[in-house]
Amino acid sequence: MAKTMFEKIWEAHEVRDDLIYIDLHLVHEVTSPQAFEGLRMNGRRLRRPDKTVATADHNVPTDGTPVAKMIADTLSRKQVETLEANAAEFGVPIFSLGSETQGIVHVIGPELGLTQPGMTIVCGDSHTSTHGAFGALAFGIGTSEVEHVMATQTLVQRRPKTMRINYRGRLAEGVTSKDLILATIGRLGTGGMTGHVVEYAGEAIRNLTMEQRLTVCNMTIEGGGKAGMIAPDEVTYEYMRGRPGVPDDFPAAIERWNGLPTDAGAEFDREVEIDATAMSPMVTWGTTPGMVTQVTDRVPDPEAMDSPADRESAERALQYMDLEAGTPMEEIRPERVFIGSCTNSRISDLREAAEAIKGRRVADTVRAMVVPGSALVKSQAEQEGLDRIFEEAGFEWRGAGCSMCLGMNPDILIEGERCASTSNRNFEGRQGKGGRTHLVSPTMAAAAAIEGHFVDIRNWS
Amino acid sequence: MEPIEIIEGPVSVLDRSDVDTDQIIPKQFLKRVERTGFGEFLFYDWIRDGEIELEPNPILVSGRNFGSGSSREHAVWALGQFGFKAVVAPSYSDIFYSNCTKNGFLPVVLDEAECRSLAESGHGRIHLEEQVVSWDGGEAHFEIDPEIKRRLLGGLDDIALTMQDEDRIDAFESGPGGSYGPETTALA
Repeated sequence: MAKTMFEKIWEAHEVRDDLIYIDLHLVHEVTSPQAFEGLRMNGRRLRRPDKTVATADHNVPTDGTPVAKMIADTLSRKQVETLEANAAEFGVPIFSLGSETQGIVHVIGPELGLTQPGMTIVCGDSHTSTHGAFGALAFGIGTSEVEHVMATQTLVQRRPKTMRINYRGRLAEGVTSKDLILATIGRLGTGGMTGHVVEYAGEAIRNLTMEQRLTVCNMTIEGGGKAGMIAPDEVTYEYMRGRPGVPDDFPAAIERWNGLPTDAGAEFDREVEIDATAMSPMVTWGTTPGMVTQVTDRVPDPEAMDSPADRESAERALQYMDLEAGTPMEEIRPERVFIGSCTNSRISDLREAAEAIKGRRVADTVRAMVVPGSALVKSQAEQEGLDRIFEEAGFEWRGAGCSMCLGMNPDILIEGERCASTSNRNFEGRQGKGGRTHLVSPTMAAAAAIEGHFVDIRNWS
Repeated sequence: MEPIEIIEGPVSVLDRSDVDTDQIIPKQFLKRVERTGFGEFLFYDWIRDGEIELEPNPILVSGRNFGSGSSREHAVWALGQFGFKAVVAPSYSDIFYSNCTKNGFLPVVLDEAECRSLAESGHGRIHLEEQVVSWDGGEAHFEIDPEIKRRLLGGLDDIALTMQDEDRIDAFESGPGGSYGPETTALA
């Protein structure tokens, strides 16, 4: 019988009904301490340290603080040091602050070759959906589930529903995978994928690079999806080749992985068709990622919305964002620009942003920062001279971490500040209390830093 | 985990949709390494700014896509430690819903009209075994996965239950599936 990629992976991991085996458990400092404590209290061991890896990312300062014990914030320091102590106690490999392979958990998995097609991957972090770009089943879990995986290397799960989004045609020049996923969420809504594992397919997806695919799967959770997936292909294998964690017999692995893509005729619970050719650079205007429009558009008018719930949400969002309906998106003026996060902090994101701003200056009204996703991305960028391009343009060049995506470290907005951000959530207060976030692609963020307002990257020169 | 049978009492109402976990428990309170101490920080910014007022009643009613965003289980701990025992909404994010069920905190799905009636009546009764929510002048059936219901009714611990099947996990690991994926310890 024809099967979807999800079904093949799910069935290969069923220990019994509703219990699936986990091939890789990624651990970070914020959602793990209570789970380790649970193991200790119950006298349980961590079953498979060799299928577990830890890194410090959410809390770490990006100012070059070299080791955990020098983190200035007491609570952050305690959390990172607790992670280090727990990893040592339970035998878990760890890349903590100061390690040359430290970084955002969803950046280092792919970069170290730990993320591979056909695997089940979990982490106590909703953006675990990122790893599905390799044709893996990857999703975020809560701390109780983190403890469950630590103790049993399995997870109690009801089989989710399946959905496929087929993108017709290719993205136009200047339109990125960030715009593709923002446009998709704008169309389907923040709950549009709830309960479903989503397979992204079609010509537009096939033509994305591996890092662009990671951006798409990363934001699946913003559409409510359980997990996002993309079938592995030559692009996937080319990206993986030579990375430390990949199988020794790579050709044999490719042969196995080639069996993963969805069979012709396999059925999904839901299918959606979207025209990729018509997509534009996108900018969010509100306080959910679904509140998004084309850069060439205007801030929408809540009065024109059909449902009362949408209208109320939009009114409150505009008030919070201090925006007036009808304002052209290009007239919105961010004072801060953040290029980073598990969505857009990989080397290709930094290359594209650097290319866009080379030889220009950040506007006087803007403070802009670039935060590489990992220590390896940072050193690669420095080898290529990207750090100098950014610094000469007036961007701050920082150390690796989650940084201003979620404001758990010193990188935050102050009340009322408006930010063009390449991250994934524009929730109220996400980047700092009272901060106003507009989600965009790296090149759109870079151009906004130079001009002091949003511009349509397609005709920006 | 405390078993759930009947949850009854006054209803608190948070009439918003897409209430995300960043609002339920803002990030500055995620730095604790314990499971306790979150209740007083529930909806910290909204309450401190006077945007909302909430009484710690047994039942919270809210809008669609409740608990969206971050996977932080701290959101459920905060709701429970504040005093809520159940939340009723038209829909939830998947991770939040699952986190509730791991903590003996009952997430109930009713449609928007039913949520509104319950909110207006101000007092509700949730009978988990019968899968019924009743309020003055109305009642509604709700769906819940039978296995999740069994675990909530019994207050059963997932890990202990799974460990009863340890021989099956052993068997899986000795088969071809056990060696799939990289050995992380080889890298560090």
